[in-house]
Amino acid sequence: MSDIAAARLSEAELARNFADIHPPLDARTARIDANRCYFCYDAPCMEACPTGIDIPNFIRKIATDNVRGAGLDILDENIMGGACARVCPTEVLCEGACVRTAQEGKPVPIGALQRYATDWLMASGEQPFKRAAPTGRKIAIIGAGPAGLSAAHRLALLGHECEIFEALPKSGGLNEYGIAAYKVPDDFAQKEVDFILGIGGITVHHNKKLGRDIHLADLRRNFDAVFIGSGLGAVQALGLKGEQIGGLYNAVDYIAELRQSKDKTALAIGRRVVVIGGGSTAIDIAVKSKRLGAEDVTLVYRRGPEAMSATEKEQEFAQVNGVTIKHWMRPVAIKTNGANVSGVEFEHTKVIADGGLTGTGDMVVIDADMVFKAIGQIFVPDPVCEEASRLDLHNSKIAVDETYATSIEGVFAGGDCIDGNIGLTVAAVQDGKLAAAAINEYLAKK
Amino acid sequence: MADLTYNFAGIRTPNPFWLASAPPTDKEYNVVRAFEAGWGGVVWKTLGEDPPIVNVSSRYGAVNLGGQRMMGFSNIELITDRPLDVNLKEIARVKKNWPDRAVVVSLMVPCEEEPWRKILKKVEDTGADGVELNFGCPHGMSERGMGSAVGQVPEYIEMVTKWCKQHSDLPVIVKLTPNITDIRVAARAAVRGGADAVSLINTINSIVSVDLDVMAPTPIVDGKGAHAGYCGPAVKPIALNMVAEISRDPECENIPISGIGGIANWRDGAEFMALGCGTVQVCTAAMHYGFKIVDDMTTGLSNWMDAKGYQSIDDFRGLAVPNLANWNQLNMNYDIKARINQDLCIKCGLCHISCEDTSHQAITAGRVNGARHYEVVDKDCVGCNLCMLACPVDDCITMERVDKDKPYMNWNQDPRNPLASAAE
Repeated sequence: MSDIAAARLSEAELARNFADIHPPLDARTARIDANRCYFCYDAPCMEACPTGIDIPNFIRKIATDNVRGAGLDILDENIMGGACARVCPTEVLCEGACVRTAQEGKPVPIGALQRYATDWLMASGEQPFKRAAPTGRKIAIIGAGPAGLSAAHRLALLGHECEIFEALPKSGGLNEYGIAAYKVPDDFAQKEVDFILGIGGITVHHNKKLGRDIHLADLRRNFDAVFIGSGLGAVQALGLKGEQIGGLYNAVDYIAELRQSKDKTALAIGRRVVVIGGGSTAIDIAVKSKRLGAEDVTLVYRRGPEAMSATEKEQEFAQVNGVTIKHWMRPVAIKTNGANVSGVEFEHTKVIADGGLTGTGDMVVIDADMVFKAIGQIFVPDPVCEEASRLDLHNSKIAVDETYATSIEGVFAGGDCIDGNIGLTVAAVQDGKLAAAAINEYLAKK
Repeated sequence: MADLTYNFAGIRTPNPFWLASAPPTDKEYNVVRAFEAGWGGVVWKTLGEDPPIVNVSSRYGAVNLGGQRMMGFSNIELITDRPLDVNLKEIARVKKNWPDRAVVVSLMVPCEEEPWRKILKKVEDTGADGVELNFGCPHGMSERGMGSAVGQVPEYIEMVTKWCKQHSDLPVIVKLTPNITDIRVAARAAVRGGADAVSLINTINSIVSVDLDVMAPTPIVDGKGAHAGYCGPAVKPIALNMVAEISRDPECENIPISGIGGIANWRDGAEFMALGCGTVQVCTAAMHYGFKIVDDMTTGLSNWMDAKGYQSIDDFRGLAVPNLANWNQLNMNYDIKARINQDLCIKCGLCHISCEDTSHQAITAGRVNGARHYEVVDKDCVGCNLCMLACPVDDCITMERVDKDKPYMNWNQDPRNPLASAAE
């Protein structure tokens, strides 16, 4: 019998487990941390930030208590600076590049300082951005995630009108539906969306899905330009028999359910959980399972720790939370007990001469009441491609040139759905910002 | 084990670390705690005539730097606010109970002979080891014709010192104010007056900060502030220079010096001693951290002396004085160039930008295999040290001597000097 149950922990325990994992810095600590910054010339941290924030400059402003100036430095370059401060894998971006890391293995906590400055500005209630004179141009934006919101904000700033079409009932994209709850508690994603929309000139239409409720041809006809920021659509399949069985979940679906749940005691979780995958999503679902009260959580990855896309810090975070990580094993069969999963059979793996992976023939079964697939999402091109047969893809994602223009005139794209995007919030925001600038130029010439 | 005992102008002390005349030495209670912690001596907070003065509420201000508290410190306190006989009784009891420690009493009375004669008699009766004449306090008392109002007039220093030597057998230490243009003039006056020693520096006239909301200097007393006496780690360089000026001045006749100003650890103390001080006095560091800091001071000094082979304070006291020269005696042929240890470099770029923006454009910023790389351009490097000082990594940038086989040549001998006299 599979053991899947809700309310394994008390309401109080769950509240504690899903509270902010990195509480904000207080003013004094922020100033002390800011003073550790060397104010590097041509700073390595800036080069490591996809949005090009002038990091030493904003940190210096925190040190001098010019927090408004710091917040504006961040938001000018990255309108989702608040979310990125919470969710960016800073250990492989700015903080990884911090010269203090090279010097003493302890970077300036750039993410926490960025949060301090952006929180301060958002808490002030000020709307610091003023729109340029109206241009009379209208842009349609598909998707209210980081890429779409970033593009809309910049376009609105430049005086254009934007209409966002979002398939889901809420804005925010993965910030709302995907990011680990304990990284963005207290409904932060919606507060940030409100802050972004506060600039004016942006209308969001929810529950409008491309190909179902809206159509590219109509958008092209009714708007001066179109930006696609629709993200990825589906979860990769394991390619095993029995993937439709009870107890086997897509991690992203369960995470979305958890993010939207008002009462975490109502969420059912297995006593024994197996997570298959090696990225941030795998880490998130494994930790969340544990924090919901699962007894044994095993994360299985087909290669070694260095090959995991989850950072070393994320892997450690999972281990500290009681997750067992097993490497060099790949799933070969779902074990069932009637209509439900009862475990996963894995085969040990090794690297062969060309760097590829092969099974060793050595099998092991890990019992499980619940199994999560977290082996990556793929772009589902159908809605857009059916709409426009001329939309070129590359590596199974939308192909864009250096101005984020797709193969269709007047249609731009950015974020997870385009080829070359690295799948981080911060990269999607940068895409949206740069695409907005490109659209602005395109409109000027049109 | 190094011998830390010292005989300072006839005052014996088990170690050279004294607490300066200030709030930490205002009462028996504090002084006993200090002696229990291991301080070698105290200069009792300045006694004056009865009735005692009255202090205001809100007395101290501070300069914080980069998260560090009290890098600079200021006060608008006056001398002791307790009755004279209370202080005298406590001094007598402390000296009786702690005979091995140095108990010096700071004094400040009006600039007339009689008040000085009277108070000296009373201090002698306590059994104290010496007196320190407070000619330094820059605030409050100076406006009543005492403190720095005396210290700024060499004739007064000489006159009062003479009275004290005449009316007492106790060693007389003259405490000097830094709020003058040439400290040697004040020190020479003390020497002429027969002083047994000088101590310096007293606090510096200051405004440590302006409260931009109240629009008043801090510390604020009901919306207003007064200029305050500045001390703490920030003033140490000023104090070191003034001490050195006296040490190398022939007219000061090697008068014993008790160094004061920003001393917070054994190394600070050793630096003052290297410039000629026999004892040093501490206040701000104790007010910041409590009396226990003396443990680091005594053990640190002792360990360092052992490592260097110095057996007593006098073994190294004043050793740096002969190396303090006037600028025109420096070797114009000395030439150093910056050297960057590329293995230690953390790529912060501060060496480049400091040189590029503000100095000699002698450090290039380039890339080697994509990694930041900083290189010194020898022909443009003047050996100013700026990059070495800005670099956050210890020993990453060093200065290498490159002049070869060139003789010593000072500015007076330098042919580039329009007024040069021919070299010998």
